Amino acid sequence: MTVRVYDLGHARAGDKGNTSNISVTAYNDEGWQVLQRELTPERVLAHFRHLTPGPVRRYELPQLRALNFVIENALGGGVTRSLAIDPHGKSLSALMLTINLPGHNERPAGLAAPAKV
Amino acid sequence: MARDKIRIGCGAGFSDDRIPPGVDIVERGELDYLAMECLAERTIARETLDRAKDPSKGYTPVLLERMEAIMPPALRRGVKIVTNMGAANPMGAARILRKHAPEWGCPDYTCAVVQGDEVTDIMRAHPELPLMEDGAPLESLLNRMASANAYLGADVVAQGFATGADLVITGRVADPALFLGPMLHAFGWSYDDYQKLANGTLAGHLLECSGQLTGGCFADPGMKEVEDLAGLGYPLADVWADGRVEVSKTPGSGGRLDIATCTEQLLYEMHDPSAYITPDCVLDASGVSFRQLAHDRVALDGARGKARTPTLKVVVGYFDGYMGSGEMGFAGINALARAKLGIEVVKERLRRRGLSYDEMRIDLIGMNALHGNDPSLCPEPYEVRLRIAARTTDKKAAEAVGAEVRSLHMQGPTGAGGGINFGARQILAVKSVLIPREWVKPEIIMERAA
Repeated sequence: MTVRVYDLGHARAGDKGNTSNISVTAYNDEGWQVLQRELTPERVLAHFRHLTPGPVRRYELPQLRALNFVIENALGGGVTRSLAIDPHGKSLSALMLTINLPGHNERPAGLAAPAKV
Repeated sequence: MARDKIRIGCGAGFSDDRIPPGVDIVERGELDYLAMECLAERTIARETLDRAKDPSKGYTPVLLERMEAIMPPALRRGVKIVTNMGAANPMGAARILRKHAPEWGCPDYTCAVVQGDEVTDIMRAHPELPLMEDGAPLESLLNRMASANAYLGADVVAQGFATGADLVITGRVADPALFLGPMLHAFGWSYDDYQKLANGTLAGHLLECSGQLTGGCFADPGMKEVEDLAGLGYPLADVWADGRVEVSKTPGSGGRLDIATCTEQLLYEMHDPSAYITPDCVLDASGVSFRQLAHDRVALDGARGKARTPTLKVVVGYFDGYMGSGEMGFAGINALARAKLGIEVVKERLRRRGLSYDEMRIDLIGMNALHGNDPSLCPEPYEVRLRIAARTTDKKAAEAVGAEVRSLHMQGPTGAGGGINFGARQILAVKSVLIPREWVKPEIIMERAA
């Protein structure tokens, strides 16, 4: 069985020079177990291989159920000289969420709008 | 003037950021300070070129429009302002504001200007400095250099406010330092208060991109909901003298501020979370956690700090040729094949004209333009838009790209519509070097009515 990263967590992409960093934050503890175990830097690099030779580094923040991926050489030579339509790579967070991982989604994911108190 | 607590709001997170939420947070946020961050990595290079053409220019182009909206309510409510909209000419920014402020009902205010971030002379004197990106010597781009500015720290912002100024205008200052500066000033924190510097830097890092903390860059319908995204409010931080920080946002505004939005923004543009280097400290955010205290109110815990480094980062802007681009749309039966024929026609026409390019990029918008995926794996779309972009040192060759794309209207495949020639633009690229901190000599200058 496979599960999309999209169904386990949410992501945001940032840029510095020719490096993209993409965080993935699990919606719940079950999702975190799968992400921490399966969303390896090797798997991320394989999914981004058409954009960059890498390297990819991964940092873990278990107290936030978050992973931070630093993907080098991913922005077409850097924000200021890239020919890409999205030179900042803001949309790459959505590419991260399309990765399929071994595992399954035990709990419905997502974040409803917080109730006003 | 030691105080127990201050409230700092964010009024802008990039130069063309929306103005109404900035006004709203001034009017309803009960702020002591408002910080507006308006400089991207390369914008200051463009502003340096503006100044070369007209010595009175070189500040952020949107300065007057933004300040006409922000200054009157801020001064009326006693909200002190710090902004890096001085860009390549902070004194020029202060002078043009002084000229127009009376028209906005702001005849009396004091303004401190931070100068000294510009280090082009230091760059020319040290061609041996290695570039951080590739280790090549700085010399390789000195003859194409457009600008060089060091990221200053929060100390200069605090010194600006120490003059009693209502308004502090800077050029290049590290983004979080615009927020840490008022804390240093209000609480008298010193550079060995690592814990407080870490908390204040973390607060600045979270706030500096305005709505990205409060529900911007977040909504995904059916998955991640954001209430009244259209009315997205900007963030503020309550900071206590002992270093405690809570973040919130304009009361009653749209958006959301919770552990999920804080976590996404914590890691935004951060590499190693244990070593986020600013001019003021090395922030270790690897143990940061968030506590939801109430609706739209979160406490920050677990930041740690280490001493600031002996170096400052300098961003060097340099000319890197030209980029030309154009787009053309196709729809209906066989749209993709016609778009692909259009691409081949443009490439061949450019080749027959003897034009060559250092790099050319072809996108099929709707299929592979954003993620660069293999279009043969996509279902064929009803509509597709071709885009061709190329980089070259020859301006005429860059201009030819968009012109040839647009001419597909009449001289390309059938049914080519909605063509755009984006023309040629000069590329201002950036690279970085580190220099010893003591080489940079910032100064605070009071700007006064003539």
